[in-house]
Amino acid sequence: MTSTSRRAYGVKGAPYAFLLPATILFALFFALPIGYAIWLSFHKVKVSGLGLGAGARKEVWAGLENYTDALTDNELVDGALRVLGYGCIVVPVMLGLALLFALMLDSEKVRLAPFTRLAIFLPYAIPGVVAALLWGFLYLPDVSPFYYVLEKLGMPQPDLLDGGPLYLALSNIAVWGGTGFNMIVIYTSLQAIPAEVYEAAKLDGATPLQVALKIKIPMVAPSLVLTFFFSIIATLQVFSEPTTLKPLTNSVSTTWSPLMKVYQDAFGKGDIYAAAAQATIIALATLLLSFGFLRAANRRNKQDVSQGGAR
Amino acid sequence: MPNTKRRRLFVRSAATSVAVALGATALAACGSEDASEDPSGPVSLTYWTWTPGMDKVVDLWNKGQGKKDQITVTVKKQASGDTLVTKILTAHKAGKAPDLVQAEYQALPTLVSNDAVADIASEVGDAKDKFAEGVWQQTTLGTDAVYAVPQDIGPMMFYYRADLFKQYGLKVPATWEEFAETARALKKKAPDKDLTTFSANDSGLFAGLAQQAGAKWWTTSGDKWKVGIDDAASQKVAGFWGDLVKEGAIDNQPMYTPAWNKALNTGKQIAWVSAVWAPGTLTTAAPDTKGKWAMAPLPQWSDSENVTGSWGGSSTAVTTDSKNKAAAAKFAAWLNTDGDALNALAKESGIYPASTSAQLSGAFTTPPDYFSNQPDFYTKAAEIAETTAPSAWGPNVNVAYTTFKDAFGKAAKDKSDFAAALQTMQDDTVADLEKQGFEVSE
Repeated sequence: MTSTSRRAYGVKGAPYAFLLPATILFALFFALPIGYAIWLSFHKVKVSGLGLGAGARKEVWAGLENYTDALTDNELVDGALRVLGYGCIVVPVMLGLALLFALMLDSEKVRLAPFTRLAIFLPYAIPGVVAALLWGFLYLPDVSPFYYVLEKLGMPQPDLLDGGPLYLALSNIAVWGGTGFNMIVIYTSLQAIPAEVYEAAKLDGATPLQVALKIKIPMVAPSLVLTFFFSIIATLQVFSEPTTLKPLTNSVSTTWSPLMKVYQDAFGKGDIYAAAAQATIIALATLLLSFGFLRAANRRNKQDVSQGGAR
Repeated sequence: MPNTKRRRLFVRSAATSVAVALGATALAACGSEDASEDPSGPVSLTYWTWTPGMDKVVDLWNKGQGKKDQITVTVKKQASGDTLVTKILTAHKAGKAPDLVQAEYQALPTLVSNDAVADIASEVGDAKDKFAEGVWQQTTLGTDAVYAVPQDIGPMMFYYRADLFKQYGLKVPATWEEFAETARALKKKAPDKDLTTFSANDSGLFAGLAQQAGAKWWTTSGDKWKVGIDDAASQKVAGFWGDLVKEGAIDNQPMYTPAWNKALNTGKQIAWVSAVWAPGTLTTAAPDTKGKWAMAPLPQWSDSENVTGSWGGSSTAVTTDSKNKAAAAKFAAWLNTDGDALNALAKESGIYPASTSAQLSGAFTTPPDYFSNQPDFYTKAAEIAETTAPSAWGPNVNVAYTTFKDAFGKAAKDKSDFAAALQTMQDDTVADLEKQGFEVSE
């Protein structure tokens, strides 16, 4: 009797015991810092008099002030718009190329596949800051070998670090660095498609193009959703590339992207309260956008499945 | 099943994104060293500095004077300038700032206003006459307190390619009017060359130029701060450079870029308004033109004047968190006034000392390697350092500097009105002070 009850108790408690380490780590290194950041975002500093000497600076409750300031701050909104423009170039181009490369690598007639795969993937292994420095060097007319060649050929030499071309220049760094990773994700799921499907398609007389469009792409749709989802998040968080290019040109301000503004406010201006509020807003926006996208994608998937069933 | 997997993935990546977005603020929770020591026994101090080679200088102390006094100092190498200010403030918030910190002069009011650095007047007050008045005044903020001991200074000077000036028949400008004429004359003779560039990526340069013109950016009256970033002197300086950029007499691209290095190294830019530390920068930026440069005093706003601004320079401060303030102050005074220490600082770290007696001794009896063609380099430098105008820093220099980079960067790019950029700088600085609760007088 006793042993049964003890066993029952032990079984009941076991899941909690297993959960405990993760829960503690989550609370300590995740929930707590986030909670602290949110707490900060509702506070501000209040100085009295000249603000010199002890006790001149107090942390006081700010209510929603930091949030209203952030939302009415044109710089933050402008930054978000700049990032939107940047994302509109990066995401489609990067995923388009990734899908194209994955399909090409997966086709039967490919040569030197392992080498090509590695070559396309390799830029992903290069840290973002290094990549941005490298490209920044190539973008600077006075030191870039490309400009030297253009000049020798008598071709026009566009200023890539200003105005519209700046977006292309920044996007290029992200596309160069990210295509390989996304290609591998898509390629892996292409490899998982069972051979019978292709065999059936071949027997039905499908051309390689038809196979790609009608079989491969629909079957790797979940991977596409996943890569799209990651890309959106990465885009919203763009920071190191523009930060690295900033010293090279007058066109990238210290608050070019929303995260740069957060960094600038926290470490340039020393206002961690405003920075915390902006960070919270960006986090919420990221959540909303990515969650919204996932839901939309899920709904479409379900529709497809039910339609497929009806057929 | 795929649905749960996706959901879990979603939660994890969403959480990651929050973590990344909040990472900056979460970092603020990190602390630093523990400084609890028994004040009567041997004392060990921690010193945050970015000066290269400082550990070797501190070794001198630990093996000599420090051994006698039982005060051991440990150097913790840090990132320079504003980054360190943020780190000190964060550590101070946790009550765990190190005993000693390096701080640029313009950062001192910020540190004082956060009650992060201690008044060490009684310990180091005697050192006052070792420094020029304008330098010492920066560590007192105009009060009876002393918040730091000056370490190095950056009196501003005019550097030019002596050989190219001769080749193009240019005269070294004595006034800013002549400077503008020189820029135009060069454009006429060699259209693809520039005298120099107006760079918006180092606010200290513009602050120093305004200081030379007599600007007082932060002043106090009673319990109120007054911000004078758009005062007549600063407007004059902004207008001057704005006009040069607008008419294309000088370049508008930022300095410290690979392109800038190349321009200096190939003689595309033939002059640089800089400070006493320029030889170090030129050595790495323009190695091929060694021995071709010369240094002259900064151009003046009128013939009768002889004044310069300062760009850079830092001090050693004792924190309020230190449990051994007297010992820390003793070390700070030794480091910046003792002959051997200053010699070592010059040799190991290449700094230009704030202490006037050190400016002409030891390492400074011979010119820097890069300027071997100018034997009286440091004699001249010491003379120029004496003419440094007083500076007036306030509690939010960081905000003004940040705004400068963006506002003047944009103005330089568009070749638009620099006065408007100056106004933005003034407005943002005042708005930030008011937001923090400072009283600001119009």
